[in-house]
Amino acid sequence: MELTVTDLACARGGVPVLEGVGFSLTSGRALVLRGPNGIGKTTLLRTLAGLQPALAGAVSVPPESMAYAAHADGLKAVLTVVENLRFWARIFGTDTVEAALVAMNLGALRDRAAQNLSAGQKRRLGLARLLVTGRPIWVLDEPTVSLDVESVALFAGVVRGHLAAGGMALIATHIDMGLTEAEVLELGPYKAKARPGGGYGGAFDEAFA
Amino acid sequence: MIALLVRDLRLGMRAGGGFGLGLAFFLIVAVLVPLGVGPEGQTLAKIAPGILWVAALLACLLSLDRIFALDFEDGSLDLLATAPMPLEGVVTMKALAHWITTGLALTLASPVLALLMNLPGAGYGWLVASLAVGTPALSVIGTFGAALTVGLKRGGLLLSLLVLPLYVPTLIFGAEVVRRGAEGQAVLTPLLLLGGITAGAAALLPFASAAALRINLR
Repeated sequence: MELTVTDLACARGGVPVLEGVGFSLTSGRALVLRGPNGIGKTTLLRTLAGLQPALAGAVSVPPESMAYAAHADGLKAVLTVVENLRFWARIFGTDTVEAALVAMNLGALRDRAAQNLSAGQKRRLGLARLLVTGRPIWVLDEPTVSLDVESVALFAGVVRGHLAAGGMALIATHIDMGLTEAEVLELGPYKAKARPGGGYGGAFDEAFA
Repeated sequence: MIALLVRDLRLGMRAGGGFGLGLAFFLIVAVLVPLGVGPEGQTLAKIAPGILWVAALLACLLSLDRIFALDFEDGSLDLLATAPMPLEGVVTMKALAHWITTGLALTLASPVLALLMNLPGAGYGWLVASLAVGTPALSVIGTFGAALTVGLKRGGLLLSLLVLPLYVPTLIFGAEVVRRGAEGQAVLTPLLLLGGITAGAAALLPFASAAALRINLR
């Protein structure tokens, strides 16, 4: 299994932010995306996850293989921890809720309503969702926000286990997760050049792409 | 897909889900109208079909903006869009969940309210039948409106303006079924047209809703 990105350009709100991005990722490897705020990390990850079309370039990836984790965790406040996970497990057709609870250290909180969790606990639950998707390519957008040092180490261990099992991870993050084996891609050099005259001529076309 | 339906129904039943809100609204409108019009049985019986259908329509409208807005805010919609399930299926299940929590509940409660409106006895069966056949169209059309306005701040009002004109055919034929039924005339033609609107909307609009969602998620 391989994820190959060639000469990818992506836009946010019709304005190109990144162009010429290219990399490839194979089973068992992780890639950390770095760059200052606003460089387009989230836009790139959303494009890869298929939530928005690319302006140019190609993404080659096996179908139905990506699990996307955004800034928002997608939790339902009135459902309990285990109900939230069970819902995603049923959507993805897997049966690994208990293992995910143990892996993210949520066993003691299983019957607590999600609205009563702390920010870090919610984040852990949001990340536990990745485990129940059963998908090989994890696309993670700032996964460590609001996690404490211990939880970051716990999650780094989970990612390592996922890689060891033949998975892949694409992580946009500012902090060092301790994944020494991961490659790093600096997005700075791929910043899209500003068009002369300011505007972007194809913005209208992009809406109908 | 059943998992999504079960989750939405469960969310609707729990605190803050808004289940019963539409029903309570329907009840209050149907109680207020006789108070405003006066206790004249003849007048009430005459306007009952129209008032009951307009009340059902407004009650349906009340919970439309929640169909996608909550999922959009907490990020579930992005995650559902990347899940192994077509967005067309997602919107169909959302519409079905909306219909069960509002349309079906209104249909079941309508005979009680028809009593308050002094609807002639012959109209009761046709009221229930017309609501059962017509309200799915309200949910499906409303889901389309909600998909168009998801992500807009204060999209609720715009949603009402978009959706209410599209409700007109359902309202006309729905109320006509009840009126004819109450007067003992043949109801087959308006009932068939009502069913046709529902079938057409249910067949076509999920695709439009899914396309609107895809654009709004970008």
